[in-house]
Amino acid sequence: MAKKKFVVGCFDDEKVLFPAVKKVRKAGYKIHDVYTPFPIHGLDQVMGLRDTSLHTAGFIYGITGTTTALTFMSWVFNKDWPLNIGGKPHFPLPAFIPITFELTVLFSAVGMVLTFCYLCQLAPFVKKHHFHARATDDLFVMVLECTSKTKEDEAKAFLETVGAKEINVQVAEDGWWLGRYAKEQKLYDTPTENSLA
Amino acid sequence: MASLRYESQVREPLVTGAKTYHDVTEDIVRPIEAAPSRLWKIGFTISVLLLLFGVYSVYREVVYGIGEWNLNKTIGWGWDITNFVWWVGIGHAGTLISAILLLFRQGWRTGVNRAAEAMTIFAVMCAGQFPIFHMGRVWMAFFVLPYPNSRGPLWVNFNSPLLWDVFAISTYFTVSLLFWYAGLLPDLATVRDRAKEKWRKNMYGVLAFGWTGSTKHWQRHEALSLVLAGLSTPLVLSVHTIVSFDFATSVIPGWHTTIFPPYFVAGAIFSGFAMVQTLLIITRKVLNLNDYITMEHIEVMNKVIVLTGSIVGIAYITELFISWYGQNPYEMAAFKNRYDLSTPYAWSYWLMMSCNVIAPQFFWFRKLRRNILFTFFMSIIVNVGMWFERFVIIVTSIYRDYLPSSWSTYYTPSLWEVGFYLGTFGLFFTCFFLFAKYFPVIAIAEIKHILKKNGESYKANMGEEEKATVEHFTHENAHH
Repeated sequence: MAKKKFVVGCFDDEKVLFPAVKKVRKAGYKIHDVYTPFPIHGLDQVMGLRDTSLHTAGFIYGITGTTTALTFMSWVFNKDWPLNIGGKPHFPLPAFIPITFELTVLFSAVGMVLTFCYLCQLAPFVKKHHFHARATDDLFVMVLECTSKTKEDEAKAFLETVGAKEINVQVAEDGWWLGRYAKEQKLYDTPTENSLA
Repeated sequence: MASLRYESQVREPLVTGAKTYHDVTEDIVRPIEAAPSRLWKIGFTISVLLLLFGVYSVYREVVYGIGEWNLNKTIGWGWDITNFVWWVGIGHAGTLISAILLLFRQGWRTGVNRAAEAMTIFAVMCAGQFPIFHMGRVWMAFFVLPYPNSRGPLWVNFNSPLLWDVFAISTYFTVSLLFWYAGLLPDLATVRDRAKEKWRKNMYGVLAFGWTGSTKHWQRHEALSLVLAGLSTPLVLSVHTIVSFDFATSVIPGWHTTIFPPYFVAGAIFSGFAMVQTLLIITRKVLNLNDYITMEHIEVMNKVIVLTGSIVGIAYITELFISWYGQNPYEMAAFKNRYDLSTPYAWSYWLMMSCNVIAPQFFWFRKLRRNILFTFFMSIIVNVGMWFERFVIIVTSIYRDYLPSSWSTYYTPSLWEVGFYLGTFGLFFTCFFLFAKYFPVIAIAEIKHILKKNGESYKANMGEEEKATVEHFTHENAHH
């Protein structure tokens, strides 16, 4: 993981954020990410992110559960230990349905959550750089990555024209790490009437 | 604009008062950051004491055996399985609210889903204790798992509904927990980012898994929630269906009934919603969350209660009709043992009938649906009734065995049997008190998501949108 330079613009209304994202992309800036306190439908399309394939993964985990349950129970009842249970059949499909269904759901749910955590790199003790402490409260934080072509002052000025209320430049780790928060991590302070003016 | 912000003013607002996003955070996180109140400390202490009494009762049962309970050969399932089914039933509302109502796009679920899901998880934890300790030699409980063993390997019987239960309840618990915790991640991050004390920042930092609020993460989070909701919907229905199979696949008159699955599921939702009402009416008052859990929320849940209560009522009457229609003398005797006032347990049947079928009919009146005290009272009545439903099904179907010499008319639970039940209340409320103090009881991110659509101050301006031309309206609201 490497440290990179970012230009950060904070918006206080998602109505302003949408056109801003469009304009920033049109102007050729590289959007590192937009951090929001709640899911904003359509923002991913506007940012040009592709749709997630998590559903497909969930389906694959699900059918894995189905086959695991069915093959295991049939193997036990027919091959490994064919026990005569009150003369009942060795392949009682209706009786297998409850467990097959439960394992389908279990595999799918557990698999999807683990995949989700892996893709988003979420785990206990994982630390990440937070560009603004209020990104989980009431601010929409747009982060532009500074490439070799980006001019910081121009980017800052551009963000101002599209409606960002608070703009700054940060050098930060773009991945995750274990241990302490970085010293320069800005801590939360209670927003006042004028803090974003 | 991408998100549809318009909603008809005919619908009542789900968040009252003029709120900004920051106000939502403040209101919901404030109780977490404040010192625990006196009331909380008293409630928590009582719960822990109850839990300890339960632990002692279970200790006696484990050391001296099942004989510590007043079960006998005829009444092999008594209080323990009654309590088990009762707790599992209560554990149905949470996932119903978060999963089925998500698929049905019911906006009001956002105010209550977090607490209801937590309640679900705690209720299932309580439920699980009963069958486990009923095994007697609890240290061998792991024998129910199909693992390769040195006894053959002798596998479990996959034909048995009791084994299906093991799978159903453990899956339900796991999936509910994952669903709940996935939803909690962003809100825990909100608490972390506001933290001023170091220990708080670290604790919530660990709990929040390093959540940042990235758009890509939100996109995956939304997909995850939707698919988990889709998976949980049949799961909720399957769990109580399978619990009802414990009875329905047997050949005991009174248990051997084909309507059991839907009847049990309706009953589970009925009792679950009653428990949600009990808890949320207290929570909204104590934590001052009246703006988020509004009268509208309470009324809607009361509507669910009157609906499911009536379904349960139809099931009771259908059972009676079928026993008469089938003209099977054993079946008819089983039901006569319930409703005939001259039998020793008729009082429990009629208590059940009045609590579950007659009492909820008061909720046809809007005035009563919107009365907090009455709702609270009714929520308790419903849960008493639902406990008796399970007691009636279990005990009155078996206490008069086929041979009169085996009849066991006077079953009263022993102190340790009752103690075990009280202990699960202790466990439930200990967990709930801890949850209410240290976790956001309302889904902060979800409330913010619906705020500009369902918030009172935002809805006030929607009349203008209603007057606007079609072109203007679509330009402002539709995806483009």
